[in-house]
Amino acid sequence: MSAAPGVIDRRRFLQASALAGGGLLIGITLTGCGKPADKAGAPGAGGQPNAWLKIAGDGAITIIIDKSEMGQGVYTALPMLIADELEVALTAVKVEFAPAAKEYANTLLGTQITGGSTSVREAWTKLRTAGAQARAMLLEAAAEQWKTDVAKLKLADGSVVGPGGEKLGFGELAAAAAKKTPPKDAKPKERAAYSLIGKAQPRLDTPSKVDGTAIYGIDVRLPGLKYAALAQSPTLGGKLKAVDSAAAEKLPGVVKVVTVGSGVAVVADHYWQARVARDALKITWDEGPNAALSNAAILAGLKAATGSGQSARKDGDVAAALKGAKRQLSSGYELPLLAHATMEPMNCTADARADGCDVYVGTQIQQVAQGAVATALGLKPEQVRIHTQMLGGGFGRRLEVDFIPAAAEASKAVGAPVQVIWSREDDMTHDAYRPPAYDVATAAFDTNNALSAVHLRLTSPSVTARMFPPVVEKNVDPFAVEAAANYLYDVPNVAVDYVRHEIGINVGYWRSVSHSLNCFVVESFMDELAHVAGKDPFEFRRALLEKQPRAKRVLEEVASRAGWGKAEPGHHQGIAVMEGYGTYIAQVADVSVSAGKLKVHRITCVVDCGQMVNPKIVESQISSAMVYGLSAALYGEITLVGGKVHQTNFDNYRVVRLNDAPELDVQLIDSSEAPGGVGEPGVAPVAPAIANAIFAATGQRIRALPFAAQKGLV
Amino acid sequence: MTTLKVNGQTLETDAALDTPLLWVLRDHLGMTGTKFGCGKSLCGACTVHVEGSATRSCVTLLSTVVGKDIRTIEGLSKDRSHPVQRAWVELDVPQCGYCQSGQIMSATALLERTPNPTDAEIDSAMAGNICRCGTYPRIRAAIHRAAELIKTGGAA
Repeated sequence: MSAAPGVIDRRRFLQASALAGGGLLIGITLTGCGKPADKAGAPGAGGQPNAWLKIAGDGAITIIIDKSEMGQGVYTALPMLIADELEVALTAVKVEFAPAAKEYANTLLGTQITGGSTSVREAWTKLRTAGAQARAMLLEAAAEQWKTDVAKLKLADGSVVGPGGEKLGFGELAAAAAKKTPPKDAKPKERAAYSLIGKAQPRLDTPSKVDGTAIYGIDVRLPGLKYAALAQSPTLGGKLKAVDSAAAEKLPGVVKVVTVGSGVAVVADHYWQARVARDALKITWDEGPNAALSNAAILAGLKAATGSGQSARKDGDVAAALKGAKRQLSSGYELPLLAHATMEPMNCTADARADGCDVYVGTQIQQVAQGAVATALGLKPEQVRIHTQMLGGGFGRRLEVDFIPAAAEASKAVGAPVQVIWSREDDMTHDAYRPPAYDVATAAFDTNNALSAVHLRLTSPSVTARMFPPVVEKNVDPFAVEAAANYLYDVPNVAVDYVRHEIGINVGYWRSVSHSLNCFVVESFMDELAHVAGKDPFEFRRALLEKQPRAKRVLEEVASRAGWGKAEPGHHQGIAVMEGYGTYIAQVADVSVSAGKLKVHRITCVVDCGQMVNPKIVESQISSAMVYGLSAALYGEITLVGGKVHQTNFDNYRVVRLNDAPELDVQLIDSSEAPGGVGEPGVAPVAPAIANAIFAATGQRIRALPFAAQKGLV
Repeated sequence: MTTLKVNGQTLETDAALDTPLLWVLRDHLGMTGTKFGCGKSLCGACTVHVEGSATRSCVTLLSTVVGKDIRTIEGLSKDRSHPVQRAWVELDVPQCGYCQSGQIMSATALLERTPNPTDAEIDSAMAGNICRCGTYPRIRAAIHRAAELIKTGGAA
């Protein structure tokens, strides 16, 4: 997802208030919607103030992060934004996860979401301003105490330092600072003054992730905790008809068999007991409307639906240009359903009581999770407290809340906290899969052999129509036309149409969302056009990017770094470029195809993501995304047989392993442009870069993913 | 009650003998550092050492490890001082981190057997451990770095 502007219209104010024990709290309050302003510091849904920053009387600094840590580094990067303003070492701050509360809504996406590569982009001004306000108030408090001018003071290592080197610790100043009004004009520091931002910093979550002490959702342990295994309809969209649990209930450790909204939960003293007992359930499922659903039917449906679409972009007159064309080219591309396959299978722990429910979960979407549990239990949302845990991978899977209510329902039924754990098979066969697509690209060359028109018709089901219906206007899902509606190349006539065609099963946001679909189409097609025009694929693109200096630069730099045109004997190169999430990215794949077998030797990547917060994390995120994109490009495909998912585990849903990971060369461009997102864009160019390299090697144009679907290639 | 030797300690569990070691560790003994990923010995997230060998605890039944020396991520060091953990911290290997206990246990078993592994030996020892965050380049570099740390007695 990229940002959908205009979703949120509340006004946000930062407020300061006193913390118990003489501390300072910088919080956020919202007005608008006809309601009086909440008081900053009033307890939020999780019983915590809606704070960003707390400075305790003893000087301890706590930064509250409203985003979930799923490996992308928010646990480090977001605290850096505040620590930089306060001139404190990153290691001097403590980090806490925020509860579910509207004050923590993602201003780019309208609800509390970790997704859309928005974390740093959204926090950039907000958190630095909070830090700047805290700094101003601390300085003002110190100036008052010393009866001096603020201009003579500075911050260092958690203290305000006076002109003669005298010091007052933040803790000593916090109570007085809390009485100040946060200055509205507090300006974050300029780039030249950054102390942490832009410099590689060690991740704050690394220590707990090398000794097993990091707590993910699945690691939550509560007194009296029971464990549950969940039986769900094997046919997607099916429903429970009848269950005979007599045999299962007799098995050791089984506490109760509970029918829940999503299926049948077997609750036991220990998880393995629940898993064993689940196999003893005798369930009859109503297979529902998808009993005959197959991949062939889905593809046929997409192809049949592609007749006419809603316009997502229209420059000039494509129809006229096609009519007057000297030469035309049209190609159809097929993209498969994909699973997210996070390493930590879906799980949720809930403790439901009469007056509310505590939910311990790795989620990317706290308020929606809160609402789902409230609905399931008949509670008010504010009675549900979401305690976000570390996520063992998100990739968009944990934007779904399908795995959450069962734990609360089971907990209510047995009167004890319950942890529901999905097996890998449950997880693989009950995902909200990446939408499949059938996309047709058409182009015209005019009588001067110049590219005069490009038409993209994208046909796929819409994730957004299900998850955020108001965002989908006129049936154009803005998150289905990414990396297409922003077509970068300077062509006079461009049309991008979107055909929303539902396929009967839920599709979900999958790391890089439609960038991974559309970049494959656009950049494969550009290669086809270059070939038709008799031009080098790099030069052909470059000539059409004169008006896109940032895209042109990453393209040129990646060509130079990868030695474009100078592949070693037997190796072949393919190139792709994209803008997504405010980030410009280009990749060159270096491959060989020997005796019909593909080997990806190296992928070179150049990224301009604007101002970086922690370049070390940016590089990790880019290479991470490339590996994720590589797994999908090489092997990724979910197939349906009779409405059931065929793939069940990592043996038949193959992913890249260390021994088949190519060399990744990532180069980051130092830039002062506004920060762009980095979690997702790296995924998308991988498949077209490799497809283009395969074409260079073999002359075979692959228009359907994954490459493994080509006999013998992978 | 079944008696187990885990990280040098003698522990008792009431788990049934056909329970996979993974769930004995996590649910019965409260050691959650070892992770559940696939349940089929396909991803390596549950890797522990049994008698020094990297072992997938998700498919290892309790009955088969009674009396054997079991080592988990919790037993690698008390203070993250094991050379493999030090290398992992130095290179900031983890992202989501969920697979890393298993990666570290596989890497440690490799280095105990092969103190100075080649890239091919790393490939072969680590192919069973999936990382969906794709931290593979840093895992490889960190194994080489840990080998250096071990060679120099941890002084480097």
